[in-house]
Amino acid sequence: MTIRIQHAPFDVGTEIAALSAGRTDIGGIGCFVGNVRGPVAAMTLEHYEAMTLPALQAIVAEAEARWPLLGCTVIHRIGRLLPGEGIVLVLAASAHRQAALDATAFLIDYLKTRAPFWKKETFADGTEAWVEPRAVDDAAVAKWSR
Amino acid sequence: MTVHVLYFAWLRERVGRSEEALELPESVADVGALVSWLRAQGDNYRRAFAVPGVVRCAVNQVFAGPEMSIKSGDEVAFFPPVTGG
Repeated sequence: MTIRIQHAPFDVGTEIAALSAGRTDIGGIGCFVGNVRGPVAAMTLEHYEAMTLPALQAIVAEAEARWPLLGCTVIHRIGRLLPGEGIVLVLAASAHRQAALDATAFLIDYLKTRAPFWKKETFADGTEAWVEPRAVDDAAVAKWSR
Repeated sequence: MTVHVLYFAWLRERVGRSEEALELPESVADVGALVSWLRAQGDNYRRAFAVPGVVRCAVNQVFAGPEMSIKSGDEVAFFPPVTGG
């Protein structure tokens, strides 16, 4: 499992190659990339550093308990990001596609509601606003309850 | 007892600081009591904790509800609902 919090951009191809390097048992890798979407001028991500890693580890452990994963990667960026830049990368590898795809969706759904990150939007006129939580994100997590 | 309190996102902006060490009376024994105590400490705290149920909490880096007990030396963080991803 690879979990990183970083200011720097990530490269999806590099991360997929790292996840599958030397492996012949992986049959599929699910991938989700979250980007900063316009029309905001910028997005600033802050987090609760002492809690972020344990929270992400707990989310990954939950995914590993539900699906036969052969590896996964979660990278979340912090700091000031511009439209089009990647914010978050989730990769989940398994022998077969359904587990890889389902685990990828689970990981991003849980991350959005359980990991201590906060987004602040900056608009073209210089005004700023904290992003409000969305009910659809809570609903996305609720569908994984069992 | 002394607890280390952290504030994030708009909680930090409304309170006006990111962290502080608070000396609490013995009667403040859980998260809910701490919120009530903070609300009486000034307009900035009252604004930050104005709407009941909005502010989230973690005690020692684990999500915690209002009934979670707190003890001396704990790290108590307050923040809005998370919006990462």
